[in-house]
Amino acid sequence: MSNIPDDLHYTEEHEYVKSTGGDGVVIVGITDYAQGELGDVVYVDLPDVGSTVGQMDVFGTIEAVKAVTELFSPLAGEVVEINPDLDSNPNLVNQDPYGDGWMIKLRMQNPDDLGQLLTADDYRQHIGE
Amino acid sequence: MQTPLPHTDTEQFISRHVGPRPDDIQSMLETLGYDSLDSLVDAVVPQSIRLDRPLELPTARTERDVLEALDALAACNQVFKSYLGLGYSDCITPPVIQRNLLENPGWYTAYTPYQAEIAQGRLEALLNFQTMVSDLTGLAVANASLLDEGTAAAEAMTMTLGLVKHADEPTFLVASDCHPQTIAVVETRATVRGVRVVVADPHQFEFAPGVIGALIQYPTTEGQIDDYGSICEKAHAAEALVTVATDLLALTILAPPGEFGADIAVGNSQRFGVPMGYGGPHAGFFATRDEYKRKIPGRVIGISKDRSGNPALRMSLQTREQHIRRDKATSNICTAQVLLAVIAGMYAVYHGPEGLTRIARRVHALTVTLAEALRRLGHHVVHDSYFDTICVAVDPAQVPKVIDAAVQSRMNLRVISSGRIGIALDETTSVTDIEDIAACFSLGQELPITMLQLAAETRDETAIPYDLERQGAILSHRAFHRYHSETEMMRYLKKLESRDLSLTSAMIPLGSCTMKLNAAVEMMPITWRQFGGLHPFAPREQAEGYRMLFTELEQHLAEITGLPHISLQPNAGAQGEFAGLLVIRAFHDSRGDAGRTVCLIPKSAHGTNPASAVMAGMKVIQVATDEQGNVDLGDVRAKTAEHKDALAALMITYPSTHGVFEADIRDICEAVHENGGQVYLDGANLNAQVGLCRPGDYGADVCHINLHKTFAIPHGGGGPGMGPICAADHLAPFLPDHPIVQLGHEQSCGTISAAPWGSPSILPISWAYIALTGSEGQTTATKAAILNANYVVKRLESEYSLLYSGENGLIGHECIIDTRPFKQTSGIDAEDIAKRLMDYGFHAPTVSFPVIGTLMVEPTESESKEELDRFCDAMLAIREEIREIEDGQADREDNLLKNAPHTLAVIAADTWDRPYPRERAAFPTAATRDYKCWPTVGRIDGAFGDRNLVCCIPMSAYTDEPIPVGA
Repeated sequence: MSNIPDDLHYTEEHEYVKSTGGDGVVIVGITDYAQGELGDVVYVDLPDVGSTVGQMDVFGTIEAVKAVTELFSPLAGEVVEINPDLDSNPNLVNQDPYGDGWMIKLRMQNPDDLGQLLTADDYRQHIGE
Repeated sequence: MQTPLPHTDTEQFISRHVGPRPDDIQSMLETLGYDSLDSLVDAVVPQSIRLDRPLELPTARTERDVLEALDALAACNQVFKSYLGLGYSDCITPPVIQRNLLENPGWYTAYTPYQAEIAQGRLEALLNFQTMVSDLTGLAVANASLLDEGTAAAEAMTMTLGLVKHADEPTFLVASDCHPQTIAVVETRATVRGVRVVVADPHQFEFAPGVIGALIQYPTTEGQIDDYGSICEKAHAAEALVTVATDLLALTILAPPGEFGADIAVGNSQRFGVPMGYGGPHAGFFATRDEYKRKIPGRVIGISKDRSGNPALRMSLQTREQHIRRDKATSNICTAQVLLAVIAGMYAVYHGPEGLTRIARRVHALTVTLAEALRRLGHHVVHDSYFDTICVAVDPAQVPKVIDAAVQSRMNLRVISSGRIGIALDETTSVTDIEDIAACFSLGQELPITMLQLAAETRDETAIPYDLERQGAILSHRAFHRYHSETEMMRYLKKLESRDLSLTSAMIPLGSCTMKLNAAVEMMPITWRQFGGLHPFAPREQAEGYRMLFTELEQHLAEITGLPHISLQPNAGAQGEFAGLLVIRAFHDSRGDAGRTVCLIPKSAHGTNPASAVMAGMKVIQVATDEQGNVDLGDVRAKTAEHKDALAALMITYPSTHGVFEADIRDICEAVHENGGQVYLDGANLNAQVGLCRPGDYGADVCHINLHKTFAIPHGGGGPGMGPICAADHLAPFLPDHPIVQLGHEQSCGTISAAPWGSPSILPISWAYIALTGSEGQTTATKAAILNANYVVKRLESEYSLLYSGENGLIGHECIIDTRPFKQTSGIDAEDIAKRLMDYGFHAPTVSFPVIGTLMVEPTESESKEELDRFCDAMLAIREEIREIEDGQADREDNLLKNAPHTLAVIAADTWDRPYPRERAAFPTAATRDYKCWPTVGRIDGAFGDRNLVCCIPMSAYTDEPIPVGA
């Protein structure tokens, strides 16, 4: 069984959204289930800080040894920070997807859109767990 | 004529080519429940598409007769001394390399090194090649070869397009003094991607907004050495990238492109020991800066580690490639030129830096002497700086006289323009040769001095600009210093060969790859001078033997496919796909039907299909497959109708990538045609069709043929391949053409490869295979391939579940073993089985294509029943090993499969703490005790290698210490 924290929001494409508390900035990464399916992550391609993304736009790619998948932005907004450690340590995504393995921080365009995302229960059902 | 003498086996080559003996065929048919091969084939191949007559091919000939016929063809080629240059130089293949590598099935019958643990020899040889390219170009990351210089330059353009931010209509500058064939290949690739190519003088380049990059040639096609540092600066200031097409021998004494600012370097490594072969095959090379390593096209060998922590080589960063990233891949390239890259790398290993530099300095000295002689004869040598090629200004009225004189002396000089002649010298050129050349230019005058005296006079002269002299040592790595005696070289080649599993050890049952026999007799002509010694742009009257061979081969391929017009230009399967799609585009455009850009591709297609479609400027739309793995006819009808105004083509593989003859194929083709599209047939699986059905008969408009699968060209450990295309009448005007050797296709789609007929020197292999087998033999081979595949299914079906079969529960020429259920029951996946097969002495089937988590087996007709049984016994024994895990007798993690493969070092180690006996790990069957190919490294850590890319020999390898991993 994968770790699916109750206090996060999710997408069907296996990204999660975690609030940072205030100022409309959220943390985006991929779920424990997704990292397990991918296997050893070897590279994460992230956008430039300052770029803007629309909801469900591709914001990057993640590569394992034999798979590559696109990363979809759960929400529209501006990328205000990217995880600088993933470049040298992409396996943080495997080791701690919800912690040190986070990917981008996003200033939400419409904080209300959070409500459209999946809850932990929805996501569990989506992946059949 | 009836012979009064008994037949000998050598008179019936087909019985040598097909594995099962007549008795075996009977018993295998009994196992399958059929009374004859024909009744089996009737049950497999739908009647609706069967060819109802024998193929019209010549009667089979004996090996001896075919060699004589090839000898007669070869004798019709005339090998003149070639001073044409243009990226092809005569050279000397060191005999130790010719005999132990190029003519050695231990090297040429191997497959691409996906199963790295049994391919460490080739991988080391390719690492040498990459290190050599990286060192000589001065760029950190090199790949393991591309198809030729022209396509390498085109790949550089595509990579530039992906890296540089650009608006809608980007511009790519190409220096007008690049080789003409390179310019043509780049233009063809650029146009369909919406890139505007501007051909201009590099020093007048304006890096205006919208320019993404530039391609320059160093030294130029006329031989001039120019300083491109300022051009690189201007380009970089405009955020454009610079690609330098260059020459490896020149770079041994010239400043490397990476030093003066190049971002990418490309070229042809042919002159490092590979015969010109009338155009190929040779290994193109490609190097770039470290920062662009994730965008590089083609295969890249990298150093990782195995589970014991020992250094181990593997193909790195595969997520760039078409088999994973499909339409978003960095390139469509699949098969490269491994055998030729290995030769070029070994040429550098054998000569070492001193030897290479000596060769370069000698060629240069002869060029300087020749230039001086021509000046003294009153001619103007146009460029002052050059390496081995000079451009001579000659009164236009005199040009024909000079050229005639050269032809009289059996020499080819290059007419660059009406008043300019090019002369390119090479490793084979002697003082006598330059005397002969000078004599052609003397036009009656006597040179007042002997060439030897002149050589002594010019001894200390150089035509290389001081600033562009190479500084510092080249190739300091130990690999380039250890093997300079023939004994050492021979042993090094043998050592590496012994680390690899090739067809000399065991069957390689790779689905979709057709690893059939590459018979010795078929291989013999490839090193004959009359086939190898011709320059691709030699006058056509000197290549009469090749012309006859091309014509006959084309006729045979036309008869076999039912598509009458052939282009031999595409030099790999993926190139054929690209070419075929361009032909389709050109056809639509010619009818004013320009909006047709949708390419339908089934979900099960090979990754090259979507990658090629994107390269051809098409939009990929996926077609569903049904539960039986067949292309969903309903979905084809729906999607062709939905896109009827934009439909360009459907790309389809037949029999399907699942190995099934789909009964609906005619209807599928009809649906495409009804909606204005063309059918592109991927010929990867042609081996199941030859003599039974023909693409042109059931609806294909154009198809490519992998001569390296169906027609016996060996895989070379990952190339060469050949992917000629066969087209219907209405597509004939659009076939590829060539800027130097016109082929007469008036509305041509462009130029696909650097050489007009791709890789001619390996075409005698396919020609010989057809001559040896004839109509009946070709069809027998197909039937035997179907028999062998169905026999494997029968032997395995009680223990493994098989995915997909046709209407009678039979398959075509390959089958898919579904290993996915084991993940749940035992934690075992397809990869574990693949690695355990190595312990049994086998190469794995194709892993995870076309269905993730499965194994695809294609035994081909050439494997005997005994070998098939040995393979099936191994698979069944592995099933028992899995069952032990399922039953709890074996540990889920610490077991025979998860720990596979087992190396000798592990087996012989003083400590053994595994829960199973050593003997079972090492010798699981009696056959393995008799003989097996041992893996030399344990299971390789792929993630480590991808996270820490090292694609050149590390500096630590200067010493005898083992290469440290993880430093």
